Amino acid sequence: MSEKPRLTYINGRGRMESIRWLLAAAGVEFEEIFLQTREQLLKLGQDGSLMFHQLPLVEIDGMKLVQCRAILSYIAGKYNLYGKDLKERALIDMYVEGISDLMQLILMFPFSPPEAKEKNIATISEKATERYFPVFEKVLKQHGQDFLVGNRFSWADVQLMEAILAVEEKVPSVLSGFPQLQAFKTKMSNMPTIKKFLQPGSPRKPPPDENYVATVMKIFKLD
Amino acid sequence: MAEKPKLHYTRGRGKMESIRWLLAAAGVEFEEEFIEKEDLEKLRNDGSLLFQQVPMVEIDGMKMVQTRAILCYIAGKYNLYGKDLKERAWIDMYVEGTTDLMGMIMALPFQAADVKEKNIALITERATTRYFPVYEKALKDHGQDYLVGNKLSWADIHLLEAILMTEELKSDILSAFPLLQAFKTKMSNMPTIKKFLQPGSPRKPPPDENYVATVMKIFKL
Repeated sequence: MSEKPRLTYINGRGRMESIRWLLAAAGVEFEEIFLQTREQLLKLGQDGSLMFHQLPLVEIDGMKLVQCRAILSYIAGKYNLYGKDLKERALIDMYVEGISDLMQLILMFPFSPPEAKEKNIATISEKATERYFPVFEKVLKQHGQDFLVGNRFSWADVQLMEAILAVEEKVPSVLSGFPQLQAFKTKMSNMPTIKKFLQPGSPRKPPPDENYVATVMKIFKLD
Repeated sequence: MAEKPKLHYTRGRGKMESIRWLLAAAGVEFEEEFIEKEDLEKLRNDGSLLFQQVPMVEIDGMKMVQTRAILCYIAGKYNLYGKDLKERAWIDMYVEGTTDLMGMIMALPFQAADVKEKNIALITERATTRYFPVYEKALKDHGQDYLVGNKLSWADIHLLEAILMTEELKSDILSAFPLLQAFKTKMSNMPTIKKFLQPGSPRKPPPDENYVATVMKIFKL
């Protein structure tokens, strides 16, 4: 019996959430270790578990994987969510990178000062509705298929679903001009593995709050 | 006959330089379109830029954007991405490290003098305590010429680029890393890379004030 992947991070979304999404969507059960002190992080660095002394860390198939993109690429490849050839992989990579740029704004948002928050939400809304969502709306409209690439469920679909929900938490009406994305969101939500992940009690983490921000500042010593 | 890849970017290193390195190391000739302000608007208006951004590389009938996506495609196409999923994971991890290091250096020209000074010290510290030790150890542990799978890969090319870029900042940055010094020499002598390191190649010079001004103007920063 193979071991479950083991995720080490803090108890919150951050840079680990996309990994939780992808494993869950692939139907892969995993374990989680939540760090609570900076000393725990430093110890992991000292015992050689963290290649660049950074989290996330995912122990999978005998490897201690670090760096989000490396981890996500490995999971996508392993569970056949990375297209059927180099060109499909290229499309998936482009879509994922674009979405990742949008998600970066959301990732940074909790750490912005209160006076900047309103402007940042406006930026997120603008980028989502003018730069990113139109691309995926068009892709889905043009081929009329359920999934972004190759008429088959892939990492790109999972990443887009995560982004849609994350942006909606900040801008509830963000999909109002995007009928294809609304249908996409519904279809994705009803896929058994994703449906399970969206239910209470799943490994999905809640939106970041002040507690989360304080923990991150303490453990990663951001100043 | 296959067309040459065509690179669209400003005339300078920026995010396109790693792509130039990888293509050159793979022995692939390419063309470059250096964009001015109007060109960026034109590219955006004719739908050539998926997310309205450059780099953009026309290759194999695709208009690829997003640096990492482009690099992954080139690496895969020219057999520089390992032999299986696990080797690919190692290459990805190594490349993400050198990407972080080079990203810090690339941001310097756009920073105010006092911030820049602080960051140069930080970059030096990170290079010598966080990043270079990893690659030195990897080479030491297996004793081979290349980082992954005893074969040239994207990770090696990216590491060489990072070493040279860091040396431009601090010329003796490799003083504590004998294996990286040997690696640098071996890699620099590879025919395709040797050619890329010679004057007249597509390699771009370090960013100067002129380049910074151009970037600020074209990208409206």
